Amino acid sequence: MIDKMDQIFVLLQHWLVAFLPLSLQPVASVLLAVVAIVCVFPGLFALTTVFERKGLARIQNRIGPNRVGPFGLFQPVADGIKSLTKEDIVPSSANAPVHFLAPIVLVVAVFMGFAVLPMGRNMVLVDMDAGLLFYFAMGASTEVSVFMAGWSSRNKYSLLGAMRAVAQMISYEVVLLLSSVSVVMIAGSLSLTKIVAAQSGYTGYFPHWYIFTPWGLVGFIMYAIAATAETNRSPFDLPEGESELVAGYHTEYSGFKFALFFLGEYLAMFSISGLGTTLFLGGWSAPFSFFTFIPSWFWFFAKLMMSIFVFIWMRGTLPRLRQDQLMNFAWKFVLPLTLLNLMVTALWRFMGEGWARWGVCSAILIAAYILMGRVGMYKEHFGPRRYRYAE
Amino acid sequence: MLGEGILKGMAETARNFVGSFVSAERLTTVQYPEVREDPVENARVFPFLIFDTADPEAGLRCVACQICEKECPPKCIFIEKSKDKKPDYVGKQQFYPTRFDIDVSVCMSCQICVEVCPFEAIKMDTQFELATTDRFSGLLFDRKELSKSNEYYHQIHPTEAAEVDARLAEEKAKADAKAKATADAAAAKAATPPPAAKPAATEEGAGD
Repeated sequence: MIDKMDQIFVLLQHWLVAFLPLSLQPVASVLLAVVAIVCVFPGLFALTTVFERKGLARIQNRIGPNRVGPFGLFQPVADGIKSLTKEDIVPSSANAPVHFLAPIVLVVAVFMGFAVLPMGRNMVLVDMDAGLLFYFAMGASTEVSVFMAGWSSRNKYSLLGAMRAVAQMISYEVVLLLSSVSVVMIAGSLSLTKIVAAQSGYTGYFPHWYIFTPWGLVGFIMYAIAATAETNRSPFDLPEGESELVAGYHTEYSGFKFALFFLGEYLAMFSISGLGTTLFLGGWSAPFSFFTFIPSWFWFFAKLMMSIFVFIWMRGTLPRLRQDQLMNFAWKFVLPLTLLNLMVTALWRFMGEGWARWGVCSAILIAAYILMGRVGMYKEHFGPRRYRYAE
Repeated sequence: MLGEGILKGMAETARNFVGSFVSAERLTTVQYPEVREDPVENARVFPFLIFDTADPEAGLRCVACQICEKECPPKCIFIEKSKDKKPDYVGKQQFYPTRFDIDVSVCMSCQICVEVCPFEAIKMDTQFELATTDRFSGLLFDRKELSKSNEYYHQIHPTEAAEVDARLAEEKAKADAKAKATADAAAAKAATPPPAAKPAATEEGAGD
């Protein structure tokens, strides 16, 4: 029974596919899985928008949307109808084909990332040997769409937003990749299913997730910072900084194209949270050995939603960074620490079992964190400015 | 240490998040169409004209001096002065507005008309639900729609209305005293030559 619940979606797929002739079955099974992904994540997006608005409201001691449907739960429906009925404006001097393609490229590239994420035991669309590599290839192509949008709009705000976005995404892409490399070093595989399998054991009640190791914790924090910057979320939401750039690269988008951008951003957030879950939080494995009776897909989505909640929480707390602060933070703090983390991971790998490696690795990382926090992020405090000519 | 401030901030927002579910006094939102709060006394939205007696036509304090029309920055007031005169609140013969229109869509609620009015005839209302489906005549308020009683003024701005009433009463007393003084002077003047003219003089003074 427990096994059946765990595999319910896989069994459902097999049962449905069995109605078709044998020659069509492989295609049908893939199509079914694609349809499932294309339905589930936008549904999750709709729910997340309303929960984000309500969560942010609660953080600011407000109530949030509560008019459409019970507790305002149908708000996304109203929003969807609104964005569908709005006029779709293309600026007369815009490059129309590129302007049209940009949101589509974004959504398609983001959806491709979901193909390799294991969302439960045996629940992965394509079990690629180099799944991680594929994921990052797809993730990097979202930058193209952002720049397409900014460039083709022929608007100063769009272009500035796009340039900020590209600078930011490239800076943090490096960190994102390097922090995942340490996981690959330990798991010894680029396949995401193998990475999850490597974390699925238990010692006593406790799981073997990579976040519970010194290098894993640091790697996860660096990954989370880079992921926030990659998805243009607050406090790294400079590309769309509404107080200075109207809406950044999607200033000139309205109606359904804007909705697609919005969807793409949230889907990117889901997929990057899903990858973080897979790499550091044990994917679909249960947090305690006595919780293994709960289906694996439940754990995957629970962890995903927890990450989303933290994203929202951070958005409600932190103010936006300045461009120089963003770059300094990436290149002077996050990147050196990630590189050091790679060394520490290697040390962890070759020091063998035992408590010694815990002590040594933790000591190195904590010392580096404090030192880099002091030195790397050190700012000279200038006194009041004096003008010699005025004296 | 680096990151300390972020953690403190996160704790603060988490406290707000949980607290807003636990204690109701944290939530300041008023669910507007169902729940209404009385507007604060100093609230001001749109001007209205005050009348004193029961009849809004006769008791209108406005004397069509057109100062407000001239001073109005967006020029949303339109006044047509009457040809004839009628007695005002002190009993003096005055002009009155045959037309007094204010365009809601143009008015910017600056209260300058109220500041300049020497007759305390125009005041600010607190009524804010002025939306209408007719964007032309529905937003142009005429004299009839603008006239509201002094009691209503007392109701929405009690302190201010009391001050205004005191000031008006003082003015009226002063005017009465002056009228009486002139009447007395006239009477005294009349009294010296023939004493028989006295009753006629008092009648004249009362009629003033």
